[in-house]
Amino acid sequence: MRIALAEDHFLLRDGLVRLLGAHGHEVVAAVDGGTELLDALVGKRPDVAVVDVRLPPTFTDEGLRAVLTAREQLPDLPVLLLSQYVEPLYARELLAGGGRGVGYLLKDRVTNGAQFLDSIRRVAEGGTVMDPEVVAGLLVRKERDEAVGSLSAREREVLQWVAQGRSNAGIAQGLFISEKAVAKHIGNIFTKLGLLPTDGDNRRVLAVLAYLGQ
Amino acid sequence: MDRATRLGGNRPADESKEPKELKEPKGFSVMAGWVGLRRSLALCWTATAAFGRSLSVCGAISLMGPGLGLVPRAMEGIRDLAAHRRELALRWSGVEIPGPPGPLPPVPEGASGVVARYRWIMSDPQTRREYVWVLVDPLAGALLACLPLALVLSGAWGIFLAFFGVPLSAEWDGLWYQFIPIEGRATAVLAGVLGALQLPLALWAAPRVVRRHALYTRAMLAPSESELMAGRIRHLAATRSDAVDTQMAEIRRIERDLHDGAQARLVAMGMTLDAAENLLETDPEAVRALLVEARESSSKALAELRDLVRGIHPPVLADRGLADAVRSLALTCPVRTEVEIDLPGRPEMPVESAAYFAISEVLTNVAKHSGADRAWIDLRYDHGTLRITVTDDGHGGADVSRGTGLRGIERRLATFDGVLAVNSPVNGPTLVTMELPCVLPSPKTTSS
Repeated sequence: MRIALAEDHFLLRDGLVRLLGAHGHEVVAAVDGGTELLDALVGKRPDVAVVDVRLPPTFTDEGLRAVLTAREQLPDLPVLLLSQYVEPLYARELLAGGGRGVGYLLKDRVTNGAQFLDSIRRVAEGGTVMDPEVVAGLLVRKERDEAVGSLSAREREVLQWVAQGRSNAGIAQGLFISEKAVAKHIGNIFTKLGLLPTDGDNRRVLAVLAYLGQ
Repeated sequence: MDRATRLGGNRPADESKEPKELKEPKGFSVMAGWVGLRRSLALCWTATAAFGRSLSVCGAISLMGPGLGLVPRAMEGIRDLAAHRRELALRWSGVEIPGPPGPLPPVPEGASGVVARYRWIMSDPQTRREYVWVLVDPLAGALLACLPLALVLSGAWGIFLAFFGVPLSAEWDGLWYQFIPIEGRATAVLAGVLGALQLPLALWAAPRVVRRHALYTRAMLAPSESELMAGRIRHLAATRSDAVDTQMAEIRRIERDLHDGAQARLVAMGMTLDAAENLLETDPEAVRALLVEARESSSKALAELRDLVRGIHPPVLADRGLADAVRSLALTCPVRTEVEIDLPGRPEMPVESAAYFAISEVLTNVAKHSGADRAWIDLRYDHGTLRITVTDDGHGGADVSRGTGLRGIERRLATFDGVLAVNSPVNGPTLVTMELPCVLPSPKTTSS
């Protein structure tokens, strides 16, 4: 895959370039600022962009804004945002465009290389990857709502995994239950949330996230 | 509310509020005249009340017997009357008279005699001012307030004389109406005309008299500039020491959190890595387990650092400012919260931070104690004041004096001359209002 990278810390940027290179990806741009990032995204059209939210020159949400601007021109550009903090508000803004091919993860997740690369792949394929912390933060609020409140603890757990963009098989592996049980849980969740079952993992994820982001 | 008004009294004079003061009434209007006349009569009545209270305080001072006796109680009554007059001045003339900065001074132990009573009254500038006022008001205040009434009465008398002046003058051996000797038909009619002219004059004068009266009351009752300054300095000293204490406590908390959290985890991580190094040759499986453990330690350390930073200065507040930070708070609040914001710029960072943490604390209270299903945040900037209201539909009964959380907010806001008012009747709803004076550095000129 051709990947564009924006990260202002040299050590982390270098580490990421090496990690991605070691797994056969091509880093077409490794920049350290918001304006350079925008140029790289529009100019080089990478398969996926991995972007730190906080970038120079303002050191605020430069990365997020650059990505949102770039996606106005290239709506299908997959983006994985990394941040020291996850902010539900930013997640909502990122999802507002429809939520195809977006991801938002804590920087810590980089330390689990295999999982991190898997997230990049899923975002590049048009999936949605949300950090468990974002999902948990939004769920706190929703627990009081009747619909989400009626979910069992297990179903809520499954919902969190679904929101992270996992497939049924992945969830089954992670929760040590059978794939059939996962399918049953997901069916229950959709019934309880009043969502019509639709085909395709991505659409289900989007449905759940749309609900969470309300 | 009482708390807010009291603290409000310590605020520096706000320039932007000045235009609110009602201007000298202009032109002539019968309606305004009538209203003014009624008000001046009411003011006459308060002057009578002041006379009664001045008698009571003079009586209390000169009473035989030891101790201060009834003097403080009499002064209490005078203070109430003064408060009433302040209110009238504000309501009728828009003249704001700063209130008493505090309660009556404490009564000294073992004081006795007339001298001690005087000394007690004179010891406090505000009490002294009210004492002088209550002695002067039955004369000066009453004269001023009764002027329109006197004009009306004299006008009526003039008109009366136009008809019955000639026989009356004959009976009384000559009669003067003001400067007109009533001697015959012509002079009687002249008196009538003069009297009739005085009626509109009374209506014209009444609103002006009411306003003059308010200004006179302010001159009598308002604390002097230096006294206000002294109060202001006391307030500043108190809030500064509060701010320093809070800051110190905050630094201690951060130090402790770092020491017990991230630092300890990093040490543990180092030890785990050391153990892994030693086992590298002999037991690779155990090394794998240790490395997993080390990675978990690093995630936990990062998580703790994240929480810590969020408590110091939330990233979204730094990135986006107060409006979005509050939206984010509402997004993660367990209670469904609606937000309405009208903020044309970003306040200075310390103010933003104080407002953010105050709202955060109030929302935490709502989620924890109120039992509410819904909450509403309204944040707007108007006339140099950031006004925040948080409403919930919970069971109410919140009390500033009991909750340490609310007290903390109050102290935090006081550093910026902000105030907090809580209105929370039992069975709800609870309404928390916070006001922070501040300037917006880059106000938008266009309406959006």
